Amino acid sequence: MTSRRRALTLVAVLAALAAVPLAAAAVDEPFYLDLFGRIMIFAIAAVSLDIILGYGGMVSLGHAAYVGIGAYAVAIPALHGVHSAWLQWPLAMALAGLAALVIGAVSLRTSGVYFIMITLAFAQMLYYVGISIEPWGGDDGMRLAQRSQLGGPLDLGDPHVFYYVVLVILAVLLLAGERVIHARFGTVIRAVKSNEARLQAIGVASFRYKLAAFVLAGAVGGLAGALLANQTEYLTPSFMHWTRSGDIMVMVILGGMGTLGGPVLGAAAYLLLENVLSAWTVHWQVILGPLLVLVVLYARGGLWSLLPGGGRRDG
Amino acid sequence: MAEPLLEVRGLRKRFGGLVATDGVDLDVAEGETLAVIGPNGAGKTTLIGQLSGDLKPDAGTIEFAGADVTALPASARSHRGLARSFQITSIFREFSTLDNVALAVQAHAGHSFRFWRPARAEAALREPARAILEQVGLGARGDVPAGTLAHGEQRQLEIAMALATRPRLLLLDEPVAGMGLDESARMVQLLRTLRGRHTIVLVEHDMDVVWALADRISVMVYGRVIATGSPEAIRANPEVRRAYLGEEIPA
Repeated sequence: MTSRRRALTLVAVLAALAAVPLAAAAVDEPFYLDLFGRIMIFAIAAVSLDIILGYGGMVSLGHAAYVGIGAYAVAIPALHGVHSAWLQWPLAMALAGLAALVIGAVSLRTSGVYFIMITLAFAQMLYYVGISIEPWGGDDGMRLAQRSQLGGPLDLGDPHVFYYVVLVILAVLLLAGERVIHARFGTVIRAVKSNEARLQAIGVASFRYKLAAFVLAGAVGGLAGALLANQTEYLTPSFMHWTRSGDIMVMVILGGMGTLGGPVLGAAAYLLLENVLSAWTVHWQVILGPLLVLVVLYARGGLWSLLPGGGRRDG
Repeated sequence: MAEPLLEVRGLRKRFGGLVATDGVDLDVAEGETLAVIGPNGAGKTTLIGQLSGDLKPDAGTIEFAGADVTALPASARSHRGLARSFQITSIFREFSTLDNVALAVQAHAGHSFRFWRPARAEAALREPARAILEQVGLGARGDVPAGTLAHGEQRQLEIAMALATRPRLLLLDEPVAGMGLDESARMVQLLRTLRGRHTIVLVEHDMDVVWALADRISVMVYGRVIATGSPEAIRANPEVRRAYLGEEIPA
């Protein structure tokens, strides 16, 4: 029963997102289209992080690296006149996945604080690489000459088309996530978090599954980066800065670790708060901080746990 | 004599200055139940840990079913047929009781790189898991989160998970630890049904359990096996009596 209510809540969230362009048009504030597009892109990044963080218990503090790689994988081909989304986006996922494979192969041999530090160090390394490559804009980053081309009637330059493409990607991700989490693979990943020593004792060589989850999460993070570069139409190495990794992690924790809807809510709450509060003061995180403390203290399951069907964690 | 199923030679493990197992030799024949007893700190759990692959020995060899498994990790040994239960209950607390056992079945039913079909819809995992839960007396508790089971039930679940891996050798680390009399009696009853069907290495403090189950007994003191023999021989062994230092060995 709870899983049914959970699914309905998720559908309601997606339906609300689908209605945003209509609402934005009604109040004549196209800015909201932009804001909620950004929310969905970060939701994609946060969901991908939650697969390893919330479900697998792997506290990676370097997830922004994959987002950044995804953004470069759009901007660099664009620089050379290659604009097809069918090339750029798979490239973004492949390169981010490859980076996750290398980073995971090293960092998953450690655990606890060392794991956090190594993932952070790798991401910072990529950040400094980004800064130092002048042809790709160095510290300043670069503009995207034009958005990716999907071909056919879908012109991503149209904000509405872009918005709905992102929405479809998010919806597909949530559906696929729901399947993966409850399939054999996801069961193993959840068991890693629950009791890895036991998992090995019953005969599962857990490392390869953790690494696969890491690569999967990285690839989806790369897709989020490809979308982000399209949305902002520029990129800078700061996409990969460790504070960005922290932002994505805060979204996951705020929304609810170990759930699929949680990171979506978390991304929305985080970016809406940023939007509202930063109009008020540049030190808006002074307010976000205590809010996060309250959520962690009084709503351990995050915002998602306050919704119908969200009380029990997935699984 | 037939080749023993498990052959341990010179197993040594030190933690800093403490030698937990100090050159342990052990032979376990197919089908027998060997109890390992000894005072606290004798190195019994360390021995089990090295046999299951959770701990890496500093020296010595472990041969299982004719192959040297000393260098194999725990997961690989599980596939050779070694299964362990833990002294301190080790289960997937957030999973349902049935999910715990089904995962152990899954671990021995091909790889887990399957991303789409819900594991709970796989009859090939659920049905054996249900049968094993019945066998250990948890048939009615399958849907309960494992973390909410009573202590004795969690110990039964430990056994169920070990059985689900279809082991040739069961390593049981104090299966009745912390149990009340009733629970303990039920566990002994369960272990009796496994005896003979599986080869068992049993570490246990409760001598009633040992007398009830063991074909042979090895006595460990300060990391060494000081005696191995039939229960009668062990009971009569003066060195064993001395090691237990006045602690009466209950008859």
